Amino acid sequence: MSVAVKDTTSKAEVKTLDAFSLAKDLIGSAIITMLILTPIVALKTTMQQGVLFISGRWVLAAELTAAVVIGRLLIHLYTWYKSNVAANEVAPVKTVVKSASLSDKYGKYVAPALLIFALLLPMLSYGSPWGEKRTIDLAIYILTYIMLGWGLNVVVGLAGLLDLGYVAFYAVGAYAYALLSTVLFPYLFGPGILPWAFYITLPLAGLLAATWGIILGFPVLRLRGDYLAIVTLAFGEMIRLVLINWFSLTNGPQGIIVPKATFFGLPFKDEAGSFSAFFNIPYDRIHFYFFLYYLILALALVTYFVTKRLRRLPIGRAWEALREDEIACRSLGINTTTTKLTAFAIGAMFGGFAGSFFAARQGFVSPESFVYIESALILAIVVLGGLGSQIGIVFSAIAIMGSFEIFREMDFMKAVLPTGTEPIQFRMLAVGLAMVLMMRFRPRGFVTKREPTVFLKEKKSISGDMVAEGHG
Amino acid sequence: MEYFLQQLINGLTLGSIYGLIAIGYTMVYGIIGMINFAHGDVFMVGSVVSFIVLLGLGVTGGSGSFTIILALALVVIIAMLIAAVYNWTIERVAYRPLRGSFRLAPLISAIGMSIVLQEFVRIAQEGRPKPIQPIVTGGYEVMRRVSANGNDFVVKISNMQILIILSTIALMAIFTMLIQRTSLGRAQRACEQDQKMASLLGINVDRTISITFILGAALAAFAGMMFFLYYNVTDFFIGFLAGIKAFTAAVLGGIGSIPGAMLGGMVIGLIEVMWSAYFSVEYKDVAAFTILVIVLIFMPQGLLGKPEVEKV
Repeated sequence: MSVAVKDTTSKAEVKTLDAFSLAKDLIGSAIITMLILTPIVALKTTMQQGVLFISGRWVLAAELTAAVVIGRLLIHLYTWYKSNVAANEVAPVKTVVKSASLSDKYGKYVAPALLIFALLLPMLSYGSPWGEKRTIDLAIYILTYIMLGWGLNVVVGLAGLLDLGYVAFYAVGAYAYALLSTVLFPYLFGPGILPWAFYITLPLAGLLAATWGIILGFPVLRLRGDYLAIVTLAFGEMIRLVLINWFSLTNGPQGIIVPKATFFGLPFKDEAGSFSAFFNIPYDRIHFYFFLYYLILALALVTYFVTKRLRRLPIGRAWEALREDEIACRSLGINTTTTKLTAFAIGAMFGGFAGSFFAARQGFVSPESFVYIESALILAIVVLGGLGSQIGIVFSAIAIMGSFEIFREMDFMKAVLPTGTEPIQFRMLAVGLAMVLMMRFRPRGFVTKREPTVFLKEKKSISGDMVAEGHG
Repeated sequence: MEYFLQQLINGLTLGSIYGLIAIGYTMVYGIIGMINFAHGDVFMVGSVVSFIVLLGLGVTGGSGSFTIILALALVVIIAMLIAAVYNWTIERVAYRPLRGSFRLAPLISAIGMSIVLQEFVRIAQEGRPKPIQPIVTGGYEVMRRVSANGNDFVVKISNMQILIILSTIALMAIFTMLIQRTSLGRAQRACEQDQKMASLLGINVDRTISITFILGAALAAFAGMMFFLYYNVTDFFIGFLAGIKAFTAAVLGGIGSIPGAMLGGMVIGLIEVMWSAYFSVEYKDVAAFTILVIVLIFMPQGLLGKPEVEKV
């Protein structure tokens, strides 16, 4: 197997731009692109009055082909230019001690700055051009995914177990809240419990999800890498299918209406005994949004700090050791069974909390929300953030979820896109492409620097290049 | 008994389709040790392409049988070609640059690629299922249970089922010849055993891997066309479930083993159909997933595979 190792120390070879081979390559890529595009893009099937027929979209296909060829040409020119420049210049002697880069200098301020920004966001939202309600709603949405990303990060980023069914635990949390608050608690304690249901259910939902994490984790203990991914995917789908089909318990695809979250028993309604009445302020729906925002912020911060502390404990170090080399781990006497199960359980627990919050926010749960693509989305957040990096996940969640919102707004894109397509349709396509490109060009994610959890005398950040597995 | 026979026929038909997809998984896993997560979506692309070409040709079930055969032959060639181009491109763009990267990188890239294919087809061809009038119609009566009240239970095998089962057998025979007898097949098997040694002996490993992807895609496209002709409907999402089930088949048969993939496909198809017939239709996918989990946990080497030894 030829392993492409980029050799930066030796003098780069001069690439000549051979017109013949360049033309061959470009014509080849044009043919391939046309073959790819012709049946799917150029021949569009449309349904009219119940009859399918084909209409041509050859111009669009030709435009896309031209774009691919031009892109390919630019790549060739760029590599040619780069290799020429590198050859003409005397290669600078690499200094052993790197000068402190920007990220080294200011890296430690990023997290506190983000935290302060997050705490002040509700006040800042009044200045937002989108209006405060929409801004806060988006922030809640993003924070939910940050929390899910942090939860999955324990399993994928730290323990190195690729989990494609993470959304199952999200579902367990949501349905735990739904079923406990609408069925079990009213039955046990009477309807008076309803305003408090969220606070009682939250820990129980986390516990249940963690139990499910262990139950699903047990069978997959012996599996590695890709097998594990497929099995967790299967588990995720199984839970969803059961939720759809167990009609008597879950009301099937119609879902369950659940009570929304309350401020420690005070509902957000325009009535006596509500939040606004208790504090003697005029009723405003925004209060509910602000409350939800701080709630999810608190939950996310709990996830963040618990994970951060756990990484320093023996169990956290065992996770990271497991990720690097399982056999070495076992020969050093680490119990891989408990190590894997705790990773699954703790990751699942955070997923359960987030699910519970999701249900209390929506006031409604249905199996629709827990499809495989959600798992893939959360995985994409973790991957793009740089497996294992908690701050990276914040940025990638903001980037992905924020860009979804931007896709919605992009009116100028409509001019470019074929008629009848909305920019928002392209969001998952963009996520998929981002995953592929990320693995291709920056497999260590946006944030490549890692702070070691254990160190001798002095803390030095490690560049991603130094770590064998690529995500230290 | 008659009921069982009917389910057996249905199961073998479905199993043939799964088996053909499973070969693509098993060959790719055998040669580069990764799950081509996008393979199910290549199957979907084959299915959608054959649908579009068939619609473009304007063939209906009412056309003469000669026309239909000619059209189907044309459709299958085009679908195989296009799917092969897709899989070849996927390998070049998303997998080849990642060799030597960290352990999870190709898998994550493959998941991304699977999303890209699904969304690409969904956006370009709209999300709605694409129905078509049955093209291959008619069938034979195999057995009849006469009952007193006139409601006879008839065991039927449709022409489509015969076509699927026979063409799968033929394709398997050609494919086995290709792998066992030709220099291409030898190169393929050599690369599976030891890539470094194979390249020292003058085998172009990269090209062999590309050909593996092309062959796998062609078989998947064939399965995709059969799937679409059998159910008379296709859409952008069929690749997901069919992909997981075919992967289950590959693992059940022993990953890396081509006869194993076919056998596994048959077993999965039969189990799925029998489960729907005797237990519950709703939980047929759960049954398939359960088999996947059970097989991976208790017999990861599968029926015909060799146990994998992890070397340090």
